[in-house]
Amino acid sequence: MDNNNHIIEVKNLTKRFSSFTAVDDISFNVEKGDIFAFLGPNGAGKTTTIKMLTTLLFPTEGKISLNGYNPMSQKDEARRSFGIVFQDPSLDDELTARENLEFHGVLYKVPGRLMNSRIEELMKFVELWERRDHLVKTFSGGMKRRLEIARGLLHHPKIFFLDEPTQGLDPQTRNHMWEYIENLNKKEHITVFFTTHYIEEAEKVARRVAIMDHGKIVAQGTPDGLKEKTGKQTLEDAFLSLTGHGIRDEEASGVDRMRQHRAMWRRGR
Amino acid sequence: MSTVYILWLRQIKRYFRSRSRIVGSLGQPILFLVALGFGFGPVFRRAGQGSYIQFLVPGIIAMSILFTSIFSGIEIIWDRQFGFLKETLVAPVSRLEIMVGRTLGGATVAIFQGVIVFFISLFAGFRLPGVHALIPTFVFMLLIAVLFTALGTAIASKLEDMQGFQLIMNFLIMPLFFLSGALFPLDGVPTVLATIVRFDPLSYGVDGLRSALVGTSHFGFTVDLTILSVLTFFLLILGSYLFSKIEI
Ligand SMILES: Nc1ncnc2c1ncn2[C@@H]1O[C@H](COP(=O)(O)OP(=O)(O)O)[C@@H](O)[C@H]1O
Ligand SMILES: [Mg+2]
Repeated sequence: MDNNNHIIEVKNLTKRFSSFTAVDDISFNVEKGDIFAFLGPNGAGKTTTIKMLTTLLFPTEGKISLNGYNPMSQKDEARRSFGIVFQDPSLDDELTARENLEFHGVLYKVPGRLMNSRIEELMKFVELWERRDHLVKTFSGGMKRRLEIARGLLHHPKIFFLDEPTQGLDPQTRNHMWEYIENLNKKEHITVFFTTHYIEEAEKVARRVAIMDHGKIVAQGTPDGLKEKTGKQTLEDAFLSLTGHGIRDEEASGVDRMRQHRAMWRRGR
Repeated sequence: MSTVYILWLRQIKRYFRSRSRIVGSLGQPILFLVALGFGFGPVFRRAGQGSYIQFLVPGIIAMSILFTSIFSGIEIIWDRQFGFLKETLVAPVSRLEIMVGRTLGGATVAIFQGVIVFFISLFAGFRLPGVHALIPTFVFMLLIAVLFTALGTAIASKLEDMQGFQLIMNFLIMPLFFLSGALFPLDGVPTVLATIVRFDPLSYGVDGLRSALVGTSHFGFTVDLTILSVLTFFLLILGSYLFSKIEI
C-alpha cells in the first residue's frame, strides 16, 4: 500500500460474527523490525485480529497488507511471510518434538538438509534438543510453548505473531522467553507482533503498543508516548484513564471463568 | 507431493503408536465372525445357501474398513479441539493437498485394518478361491476406505466438537453397515428393504468384495466398481470443498 517501511498495514478492519462486532473498524501500521504489542482485556478482539491477519478468518470489511501481500487474495505468499504461536496449544501430542518440526518444515518446503540443521539449531536455542525424540504429550506447558516458538521460526518468517505467548507460564519461563524473542528481533530483524493482557509485558518488551478494548483501538503509540499523553506514571494508569476501567476487571473469557470457578472451588474446600 | 506424503505419514504414525486402538478395533469384527458366523452357519446351510462364513467374511471386512475410515475422517474434530488443525491451515499449501494427504492416510490405516480381519477370518475357516482374487479385493478395499474417509472428513468439517458423535454412530454408521447386505443375502428380501439397500453405498462395497473373494455377486462386478468409483470421486470433491471452508 502506502509506505515501504510498513510490513503490516491495516485499514478499517472489521469482523462481525452474525450481529456481534468482535473487531470494530481498526487501523494501524507496524514498521519493519519493530516489536509491536496489542494490549487489551480478554474478549477485546486481539485473537480475532490475528486470525484475520494470518488468513484463518475472513474480514467482514477492511484492508490488510502483510509483507506487501493481501492475505485474502494472496494467501500462500502471505502465509510464507509469517510464523505464528497461537494462543491455544497447536502441537500434535502423539508426535515427537522433532517430528512436529519436520512436519512444519515439509509444509513450508524447507529443503531437507537445511531443515535438519535449522531444527538442531532452533531446538538447542529453546533448550529442547535433549528431548527431541520424546513425544510432545510428555512435555510441560512451558516446553510446549518453547517448541511452538521454535516451530514458528523454522521457515525464517519475516513477521512473527505471538498470541498471548506467556499465558499460563511461570515468571522464570516468561522472562526467559522474552529474552529469546528480543534477541531474535535484534539479531534477525524479525518483526514481532504479540498480544498480551499483561501490561508489564507490553511496557517492558514492546516498542509500540496499541490498546484494544471492545473491538476498538482506543490508543496507540510508544509506551512512553502513551504515558505522556495521559499524564500518568505507568502504562497501567494510562490504560485506566483511556478505557475507564482496569484491565483485569474485564469480563473473563469462558475458559478463564471456568478456571476462576475451579480455583475458588478449590480454595473453598 | 511432499505435503500429501507428510500428512499421510502422520496418520500412519499416529495409528501404529496407539496399539490399544488397533487391538480394540479388532474386537468387534472378531465377535461378529464368531457369534454370527458360527451361530447362523447351520441355519444358512439348511436353507441351501452354503457356508455362512464364506458369505459373511466380505461383509465383516467391509465393516472394519467402514468404521476405521469414518473415524479417521472424523479425527479432524480432535485436531480442531487439540489445536493442531490451525497449524496445518496457516501453512502455505493448498487445502486440497491437505485433504488428500489426510484421506490417503486414513484410508491406508483402514485397509490395513481390513487386511488384519482378512487374516483372522482365515483362522475362522474362510477359504480364498485363489491368489488372483487378491487384486480385485484390494481395489474394493481401497474404494471403500477412500470413500468413507472422505465422508468422515466432510462430516467433521461441519462439526464443532464431538457432541454429534453419538448421532453419527447411531444414525449413519450403524445403518450404513446393517442395511448393506453385509449380514444377509439380498436375493428375495422385501422390496422396501431392497430399495433402501440400493441407496447404501456400502452395499456396493460389500457386494464387490463378495464378488472378488467368493465369486458371487448381487449387483454385478461392473456395477459395483462403477458406482463406488463415481461416489468416491464425488465425496472426495465434497470433502475437499467442505474442508476448504473450515474457519477456526
Ligand atoms: N467464532 C466466533 N463466533 C462468535 N463470537 C466470537 C468468535 N470468535 C470470537 N468471538 C468473540 O469475539 C470477541 C473477541 O474475541 P477474541 O478476539 O478472542 O478476544 P481476545 O483475544 O482479545 O481475548 C469475544 O467476545 C469472543 O467471544
Ligand atoms: Mg485472545
